Amino acid sequence: MKLGLVIDLDTCVGCHACAVACKQWNTSGTTGPLADYDPYGEQPSGVWFNRIRNYEVDEFPNNKTVNAPMSCMHCDDAACVTVCPTGASYKREEDGIVLVDQSKCMGCNLCAWACPYGARELDEEQGVMKKCTLCVDRIYDEKLPKEERQPACVMTCPTHARFFGDFDDPDSKVSTLVRERSGYSMMPEVGYNPVNKYLPPRQRPTAPTVEKSEGGTSASLIGKWMKRQKDAFNDLGKGTH
Amino acid sequence: MHPALSVIFFTVTAGAGYGLLFLLAFVNIGGLSEMISPDQVTAMGIVGLVLVTAGLISSTFHLANPKNAWRSFTRFKTSWLSREAVFAVLFYPVSLIWLALQFFTGNSSATAIFAVIMAAMALVIMLCTAMIYASLKTIRQWHTPLTPVNYVLLGLLPGALILAVMFASQGLDAGRLLGLSVIILVLAALVKIVYFFWIGTPAGPTINTALGFTRATVKLLDVGHASDTFHTREFGYQVDRVKLIWLRFISVGLAFVLPIMLITGMLGSAGFAALGLAAVSAYAGVFVERWLFFAEARHVVNLYHGAQRT
Repeated sequence: MKLGLVIDLDTCVGCHACAVACKQWNTSGTTGPLADYDPYGEQPSGVWFNRIRNYEVDEFPNNKTVNAPMSCMHCDDAACVTVCPTGASYKREEDGIVLVDQSKCMGCNLCAWACPYGARELDEEQGVMKKCTLCVDRIYDEKLPKEERQPACVMTCPTHARFFGDFDDPDSKVSTLVRERSGYSMMPEVGYNPVNKYLPPRQRPTAPTVEKSEGGTSASLIGKWMKRQKDAFNDLGKGTH
Repeated sequence: MHPALSVIFFTVTAGAGYGLLFLLAFVNIGGLSEMISPDQVTAMGIVGLVLVTAGLISSTFHLANPKNAWRSFTRFKTSWLSREAVFAVLFYPVSLIWLALQFFTGNSSATAIFAVIMAAMALVIMLCTAMIYASLKTIRQWHTPLTPVNYVLLGLLPGALILAVMFASQGLDAGRLLGLSVIILVLAALVKIVYFFWIGTPAGPTINTALGFTRATVKLLDVGHASDTFHTREFGYQVDRVKLIWLRFISVGLAFVLPIMLITGMLGSAGFAALGLAAVSAYAGVFVERWLFFAEARHVVNLYHGAQRT
């Protein structure tokens, strides 16, 4: 089994609900509490497993806002695990989830240095490294109804931009989505073979734009003249001329 | 990368200690000095071990949870940090036996065998330290064979000069050691200058490959956090470019140029004071170099925070 997430960059609206749901579940879960520093002060900060950033891709008029939520990619070749000197970081054989055993971590930060995706954050209050667990304390919980046995971020996403499943099963929802919508990995050249995949935005026609006409009409000439007078009036007494 | 003083002090000081002990091991075998007595070798060896120990103690200040530091001996098979920790601990019995053999039996064959083992371990530890950094694919300024070469040469360099100062203080002939020091100085300077040019060439992941949009421009609109995070503090360290260039000149000047001029007698006689100044200058220069090694390293996570390339 190879569990992971598919994130649809076409439908994600960047609302941060997944990050909030993640923080809420995991701060009271097995890896919690997730420390907050100065939570009600001027510079609130803290440990998050999931962070959302907004980008602009391409130039006007073809530009598009892309919201990119990022958490642990549960890489197939996870360097964070191989660099760990204490054995606190490990990748589960049975489902490929990368976890940190917090009773073993010595807080040397080397795994965070090895991670290209910024998935690991040091909890400065407890001195141990924390990261996305793919809600391992939810997805196997038989006391939960079956439809709730998925990560908190996937459960909460209001636009259904997040999918959870088994990438080893070619007919699973996640495998099908990756196949049909050209799902891809972020920063593949680092060579960690991330399991999580992203679905690119769908192609849409460019929004029509109106060309601005340049001068020529008497109305605009009057407008320009009036603007010149107004500017001159505003500049009076400034000694710039 | 954030230049943590505990790690800089550790790599420079322990590196100098291992470099010193590596060279001291060959004092009898390689004939660096013919007049040296076993007592003098023992005393100089203890100075080397003090440097190593001071560095190793400093390295634990970098840990957020040092009570689990003993566990770092357990992942010897995959982790360079674990290998470094294991060898650093094994180094103590080997070097102490060597010093005891020096002190009690003098220049015997058993001493020579332990000297070779200790020298090999000192070299391996310097390489392990370097590989912690060189193995990280996320930092292209570190992921290069220049890193281990640089770490070994810059361990040997202050080690050789501190040893030369001790030779001079004991009235021993440091001529051969200084000849070797000049070779190390020139090689280390060449490697470092090649490195400075090499990291200036654009390479590695960009914001486009980081996000998978390789056929259009990508720019950050909003980073998603209101104040500093672990990642901005750890990886977002930025220094003014002009300051960096100056620090490069300062590090090359202090670590290589001034010591070469002092020990070759370009600035008057190469007496004890000149040697002492050369050793202090080299240590300070390597310290600045190590600070730059961290400050100039740009982690790929900065691409997600809006950097166009690393």
